[in-house]
Amino acid sequence: MSEADSGTVELLLARLADTEALGRRVAGLLRPGDSVLLEGPLGAGKSTLARALLRALCRDPAMEVPSPTFTLVQEYESPLGPVSHFDLWRLDGPAGLPELGWEEAREGVVLVEWPDRLQSLRPDDALAIGLAPVVDDADGRLARISGWPGRRDALLALPPGAPAG
Amino acid sequence: MLDGNGRVLAEAVLSQAGHAEFGGVVPEIAARAHLLHLPELARRVLAEAAIAEPGFVPADLVAVAASTGPGLIGGLIVGSGLGRGLALSLGVPFVPVNHIEAHALTARLPGLVPGGAEFPYLLLLVSGGHCQCIAVDGLGSYRRLGGTIDDAAGEAFDKVAKLLGLGWPGGPALERLALEGDPAAIPLPRPLLGRAGCDFSFSGLKTAVAQRLAGRPADQALDRREAADLAASFQAAVADVMADRVRHALGMMPEATLLVAAGGVAANATLRSRLAAVASAQGVRFAAPPLRLCTDNAVMVAWTAIERLRAGAVEGGVSGDLLTPARPRWPLQEMAATPGSPG
Repeated sequence: MSEADSGTVELLLARLADTEALGRRVAGLLRPGDSVLLEGPLGAGKSTLARALLRALCRDPAMEVPSPTFTLVQEYESPLGPVSHFDLWRLDGPAGLPELGWEEAREGVVLVEWPDRLQSLRPDDALAIGLAPVVDDADGRLARISGWPGRRDALLALPPGAPAG
Repeated sequence: MLDGNGRVLAEAVLSQAGHAEFGGVVPEIAARAHLLHLPELARRVLAEAAIAEPGFVPADLVAVAASTGPGLIGGLIVGSGLGRGLALSLGVPFVPVNHIEAHALTARLPGLVPGGAEFPYLLLLVSGGHCQCIAVDGLGSYRRLGGTIDDAAGEAFDKVAKLLGLGWPGGPALERLALEGDPAAIPLPRPLLGRAGCDFSFSGLKTAVAQRLAGRPADQALDRREAADLAASFQAAVADVMADRVRHALGMMPEATLLVAAGGVAANATLRSRLAAVASAQGVRFAAPPLRLCTDNAVMVAWTAIERLRAGAVEGGVSGDLLTPARPRWPLQEMAATPGSPG
């Protein structure tokens, strides 16, 4: 772990299981009204993290989490209330978001892949996780985490590879 | 618009070229676009039907059908609202249709599959948003034998095409490029190959292509030869996986005598020939409806309504349900055998 700048922490996720564990840790800290933004190129592990997060949140380790790329949004019911998994890859801006039910979805938890499309709708209080591949390492990922100052310590209290509490 | 025998009297679809009108907005999210274009499309179909079938007037319609799910709610509400309004004004039943069921029944359109598509058969639905094997046991009786645990097949094609710098739509562009490449040039994973069941996974394959590209020197542009080899190798990996998964699905459904491939990805010639070979090896027939009937379309929705109306005539009549809400989620397993009353 290293402080890249005052607001961003970098975390090396050596294995796929570490990416999944990070998703579970985020799930354990979520509250209704939260937004989690997942950034990074195609194949960086955004969907892997999202899947682990949603399964933990919905307390169903085998829950089907289909890619929301073509449906743009998939909704889930969790003990925290509704959770909306957005994938804005096919959009080029925020114009379509009202019709996707963005405002209603924000009352629950939103998980957003390709959040750069949100532009002015990007929530200020979001947890942002940027994933990047590590050169010459098929499973390694570098996670850049920003936001959630009040919950940062809890999020990083244990190495993400440790068993989820 | 179809006649009672499933003959298409008139059809219209908002063309791909028309997407520019939406200013880059993904068309299916735009309920406003449905609102703007649907009445005119309906009018055009009614006018064309009057030419195809002299003497036809809208009052001759015996039912109106629309897709009420699954999918994005805005477009579904507009489409089914127009359908309900039309049905109400004509005093005929409105038939709410699950559009996945419509994909499943398309093969039964008269004349489409040589020798016909009697139940039961195996449907492989592979498109941008879907990738699943469905046992079509009978009308209203479907079993999802397996499906993707992450990305849809068409999504994998589109995303890999994007990684290779190809234009939209990515699938056909990748297929063209693959013709110049060597399918054995680049080793790529075959996710779930040989695994029991018929689930699919394409996320890891997409990631492998992304990593192959990310590992290249930044100052070296991807040359066409290498891009073509990657395209061909990717397509070969998808074909291997799909052939294997469908072989398993046929094994799970020994009563099937027909394999139907539907969805935009089924237009890929390499996949098509592999699927035909799998079917042939297992002694079943193979059919793939033409592309215009493979992607979302109204003909299949009307045909599904006809199938349900026919079944309803046997079971005591269809009650046109004007109040059935549109459903963003509507698993095929929940298709009730009772016509016109989903879920």
